[in-house]
Amino acid sequence: MNEHELKEHIRTVRKHVLKMVYDSGASHVGTSLSCADIMACIYEVAQVNPKDPRNEDRDRVILSKGHGVATWYAVLAERGFFDKKLLDTFYADASPLTGHPDIQAVPGIETTTGSLGHGLPVGLGMALAAQVDKKAYRVFVVLGDGECDEGTIWEAALAARQFKLHNLTVVIDRNDQQGLGKTTDIIDLEPFAAKWKSFGWHVLEVDGHNHDELLVGLKTQGEKPVVMIATTTKGKGVSFMEHDTFWHYHNPDDEEYKKALAELDK
Amino acid sequence: MRNTFINTVSELAAKDSRIVFFTGDLGYSVLEDFAEKYPSRFYNFGVSEQNMVGAAAGMALCGKKVISYSIATFACKRPYEQIRVDVAFQKADVKIVGVGGGYPYGSLGPTHHATEDIAIMRSLPNMVVLCPGDPVEAEIMTKAALAHDGPVYLRLGKGGEETVHKGEPAFSLGKAITLQEGTGTTVISTGGCLAMVAAAVKQIPNARFLSMPCVKPIDKEAILAAAKETKHIIVVEEHQGMGGFGSAVAEVLAPLPTHAPLTQIAVPDRFMDEAGSQEHLRGVAGITVEKIVQSAQRFG
Repeated sequence: MNEHELKEHIRTVRKHVLKMVYDSGASHVGTSLSCADIMACIYEVAQVNPKDPRNEDRDRVILSKGHGVATWYAVLAERGFFDKKLLDTFYADASPLTGHPDIQAVPGIETTTGSLGHGLPVGLGMALAAQVDKKAYRVFVVLGDGECDEGTIWEAALAARQFKLHNLTVVIDRNDQQGLGKTTDIIDLEPFAAKWKSFGWHVLEVDGHNHDELLVGLKTQGEKPVVMIATTTKGKGVSFMEHDTFWHYHNPDDEEYKKALAELDK
Repeated sequence: MRNTFINTVSELAAKDSRIVFFTGDLGYSVLEDFAEKYPSRFYNFGVSEQNMVGAAAGMALCGKKVISYSIATFACKRPYEQIRVDVAFQKADVKIVGVGGGYPYGSLGPTHHATEDIAIMRSLPNMVVLCPGDPVEAEIMTKAALAHDGPVYLRLGKGGEETVHKGEPAFSLGKAITLQEGTGTTVISTGGCLAMVAAAVKQIPNARFLSMPCVKPIDKEAILAAAKETKHIIVVEEHQGMGGFGSAVAEVLAPLPTHAPLTQIAVPDRFMDEAGSQEHLRGVAGITVEKIVQSAQRFG
């Protein structure tokens, strides 16, 4: 995609997310909007083919902060992994599209997440499998910043350096919000970049809504595993949802939905 | 059992390049041979069981058969949620292998006793649960675990278990092994207490003696036959009575309008707060030859 196409693609993804959440009464709209640029840019870089989604040599993409799944489904559907009509069933009775990613749901979902702290160890195992088989595929794992309270993140961070997983890239959706408020006020992660650096990772700090910065970072590969701390805005694109913990849970009413859509269309 | 397990895995790994071994920094003087033979298929994850199991699932999703090895209680309790979500739910081809099922690490204290593992593992959908009773069964169960395409919990003893089987018994997943036919009391054993149970059976006239290393899927047919054809069933396990092997047998019997009475010989809902050998702690828990023989006499 060129710059304009990518921008329009992400606008469409955000509109899908809003509609899915509005129609279904689901929560987590804020977190889904905050990782839309990240997820869309990953699929610009990742070597995946919607027509051959289980190809052994494909890159693996994992959304470890599974509550942002509406975005993942929307990106996959827009890229042709499955029929977009299925998005209308999100969260509904008997739909495969559950409120957190399920490996059996649709092609492109590489592992089940939803309980935080699982995606990175699983991604690490995938990256290690590439090493064992001397394959070139890469693994991309998206974490939430609140998710980094989990001990497994740091267990995996230690092991990734030990096993020299240069094919592993982590992107942290650093929106500084978690369940009950600001990440800084709940469990302060700072100095965040220094922590990852001291664990032996190559650290990049990027604007999580700047596509150039994201794409350059996602293409970066050296000898160390890469972590991108991507500063984002929770609820990005809808002014009244931005930076507000309320929208971690709340579902838009008719008025709010119309207003939000209008803002995204601007 | 531990040595039998690792030797069997080494043999199988020579023929099957998908087999990869993860350890949680345990297996001193046991795993070196495998590590030397297959350096690119052996990873020490350090003391991080949750990360190890998550990574095992990730690797299995890329086509490997991954063994995740630790002391039984650490192998399946610390990473329980990783086993549930990453392994069992996704049907990942991961073998959770625990050494020291029950009280083999007796004097190390209660943190090292694995006495709830069968209960929590067998309650997971898609999980096969195997508890070999002697070195012969350890070899058969190791082969069965790796032949199975999907999640398995393999609960081993530690070392030095007496061999009960003379020759290799026939076995397939979900089937009991009949050691002795009889129509009086049926004694069913799972796991490392098999030799002790065998000693008890010698003192029980006309006993039917079954070893059930495969706790899940359980051999319903063998249990229903025992309930019909014999007068009393005794189940023995080195594990809590609640939710374990005895409960699994009871679940098979419960729907029947009438059946032979069931006696459970298991840990009576308690932790051990004293040091002691495996034999000593079995005594404290009431998992003994005497208790089994007395139970048989009650309905004799």
